[in-house]
Amino acid sequence: MGARYLGVVVGLVWLAGCSPNEDPNTEPQAVAEGGAESGQALVYCSEGSPESFNPQLATSGTTFDASSRQIYNRLVEFVIGTTNVEPGLAESWQVSEDGKVYTFKLRKGVKFHTTKFFAPTRDFNADDVLFSFNRMRLKDHPYHPVSNGVYKYFVDMDMGAILEDVVKLDDYTVQFRLVRREAPFLANLAMDFASILSNEYGDQLLKAGTPEKIDVQPIGSGPFAFQRYQKDAFIRYVAHDNYWRGREKIDKLVFAITIDPSVRFARLKKGECHVMAYPLPADIEAMRNDADLMVDEQPGLNIGYWAFNLNKPPFNDKRVRQAMNHAVNRQAIMDAVYQGTGKIARNPIPPTIWSYNEQISDYGYDPDKARALLKEAGAETFKTDIWAMPVQRPYNPNARKMAEMIQQDLSKVGIEAEVISYEWGTYLKKSRDGEHGTILLGWTGDNGDPDNFFSPLLSCASARSGNNRAFWCNEEFDKLITDARQVEDKAERARLYQQAQAIFKDDAPWLTVAHSVRYQPYRKEIQGLKIDPFGGIYFSGVSFR
Amino acid sequence: MFRYLLSKLGILVPTFLGVTFLTFALIRLAPGDPVLIMAGERGVSPERYAELRAQFGFDQPMLVQYFNYLGDVLRGDLGISVVTHTPVLTEFLGLFPATLELAIIAIMLAICLGLPAGVIAAVKRNSPFDYSLMGTSLIGYSMPIFWWGLLLILFFSINLGWTPVAGRLGFEYDVEPVTGFMLIDTLLSGEPGAFKDAVHHLILPAIVLGTIPLAVIARMTRSSMLEVLGEDYIRTARAKGLHPFLVVFQHALRNALIPVVTVIGLQVSVLMTGAILTETIFSWPGIGKWLLESIYRRDYPAVQGGVLLVATVVILVNTVVDLLYSVINPKIRKQ
Repeated sequence: MGARYLGVVVGLVWLAGCSPNEDPNTEPQAVAEGGAESGQALVYCSEGSPESFNPQLATSGTTFDASSRQIYNRLVEFVIGTTNVEPGLAESWQVSEDGKVYTFKLRKGVKFHTTKFFAPTRDFNADDVLFSFNRMRLKDHPYHPVSNGVYKYFVDMDMGAILEDVVKLDDYTVQFRLVRREAPFLANLAMDFASILSNEYGDQLLKAGTPEKIDVQPIGSGPFAFQRYQKDAFIRYVAHDNYWRGREKIDKLVFAITIDPSVRFARLKKGECHVMAYPLPADIEAMRNDADLMVDEQPGLNIGYWAFNLNKPPFNDKRVRQAMNHAVNRQAIMDAVYQGTGKIARNPIPPTIWSYNEQISDYGYDPDKARALLKEAGAETFKTDIWAMPVQRPYNPNARKMAEMIQQDLSKVGIEAEVISYEWGTYLKKSRDGEHGTILLGWTGDNGDPDNFFSPLLSCASARSGNNRAFWCNEEFDKLITDARQVEDKAERARLYQQAQAIFKDDAPWLTVAHSVRYQPYRKEIQGLKIDPFGGIYFSGVSFR
Repeated sequence: MFRYLLSKLGILVPTFLGVTFLTFALIRLAPGDPVLIMAGERGVSPERYAELRAQFGFDQPMLVQYFNYLGDVLRGDLGISVVTHTPVLTEFLGLFPATLELAIIAIMLAICLGLPAGVIAAVKRNSPFDYSLMGTSLIGYSMPIFWWGLLLILFFSINLGWTPVAGRLGFEYDVEPVTGFMLIDTLLSGEPGAFKDAVHHLILPAIVLGTIPLAVIARMTRSSMLEVLGEDYIRTARAKGLHPFLVVFQHALRNALIPVVTVIGLQVSVLMTGAILTETIFSWPGIGKWLLESIYRRDYPAVQGGVLLVATVVILVNTVVDLLYSVINPKIRKQ
């Protein structure tokens, strides 16, 4: 009798659960063409699911890794592993005298992917460039509102305001007309959001009444063609047979989505994946000691900083800010918070960015000097707060701990500080409104241009908008970085930025805490993997030994 | 019986409404703004902020938002995810089979091992088996899932190499999803070795997810059996010379099952909660991980829709369990 009821229970649990499940077959499915079905798959343990497969809409590096960096090309591209720009889908370009007109000669014979859901009838041309930019730029473009139409990076890089028009001169010549001279413009075009989509595919989907598919079933011209995606499980790609740079050596590429870093490490160790994303700092040593693994490292394109709110006394006094710089033992922070994954930062830009000023001398840890400076400023004892981010970021893996260490250091020089934290969205908003005394925050670069750090973080305009959390507006500094934006000559720009860095250091609106070091673990049978300074990953050029 | 059924179903409507209101209110009470979180360090201008909030409909008064949402839900529209721009229902249905498959295997494991273990422990009360079972189940019940999962991976996957570390299927198999249940899909695909590989992938996550229900079921069965075994009619059955096996399984277990069935019903919510951690450790593409991520990103539509659907499953299973009492004990439906 008991066994009969057991059967009833099991059966009902099964049935009850089964009812809401009817259509699991929701992810896009397609099999790309080509003889890529046979070879060994390179498996990458990635850290999460992409938001979509369209880099124009994306806000996270996870999405760029899954889309633009494997599937798409851009007019100009970063040389993998550097922040230098090289020709991509544009073979060459010319900039007008006034710096406002960029004319690109497009590459001929570039093929888009042929898949189960799309077969191109023509090669890449100027229409594709117009299609890609006009979708983001023109509110009346049929694709503009598709998939909610939030073009975060296009807006963030102020492209809407910079671009006057994008014009097709002939099938293989495109002109970008700017409203003002903008030195970082070329670097902006190498960013992920500027990827080139197929106009022909867009038209086909529009006719079919399913335009949103362009964002989930991507067609690009890049090294790998999208094959299949299952949310939170995997993304499959195959090598693009007609890739214009030459077919990749690996036939299949799989992103094995694995959220937990310890589990990613376990999978790498066991050989379930060949390359893994974002290792835990605590695991690096074990990885180095593993005979099957390699770990490459590079300073990240980021800065973790501690900013002092100049709108709140006594931080309007330069001597107090300098005292704060002397009061904190950053080496102790490197050891305890970054655990070897950070390097003490001297400047607001990382050393991998051109124009980095090597001549700057840093404030050393010197509590006596800090006390003396505070005495001189008449602020021997005061109370303040230290805002600590509630989230983990590469530039600051544990803000809470960092804040507590700073708190202890400050108490040694007579300053009483309270550690404060809010939920992330609230934290950003309240600090933008200037409610903090001092705050821990950071920044990750987008395009390798120094302006991408200085303007959004330290300009007078950003002090007004609140993104400049020190609310520091130094006119001399601001003039230098504004001038540097207007100059095409790289050496001259570098000179201006170096001067700006000297002013920054002396005026001390921040304590520059650290640049995180990026680690890239992979199995020894893999070769050709280069660390990307932007924090992403490219599988073009990677192969098995 | 019909009236009993009707009264049970009558409770469903207010419960369902309560769930919609609670999830709607709770996610909005939690600090954090989806637009600001999306903007991150880069920030967003006030005009753009207003534009985005209007686009997602967050600019309307709370009550209007709630009734719009309720109306949409009744029409079967759970909204579109703020992050992925995909309909919430589509996302849920794409992920739910993975959670369901894991939950079913885990609860089956828990029932198949927990019931007999509990019965034996009760029959052999105060024996070494009883003590060790109760001790083990207490450990199992208090085991932090995350730690337990990593421990099993380290031991069975890394050291012994018996099981895969994570995922549902090895990447050498490319199986077309038909039902979403990997065990069924691998059978349908006809790829040699794929089914066995899917079973291998299920072992550790099912053990981890099934541990707490197993412990609870074993303990509940034991205590419930002990109570029943002390009843007069059991003594009578024994006195009239009935085979001990029949006494235990025909007379005692049937009566002891009611609280156990209740507990099994309640375990469904435990399975759903446990799924969040288990799925994270084993990279299992189910709803647990998806819900957690949606909460972090304050993806209101996804959280509301996801919680509502999970709640519906839990409510349904518990209703079925309620109905099951009356099958086991006819006295209940006559009351």
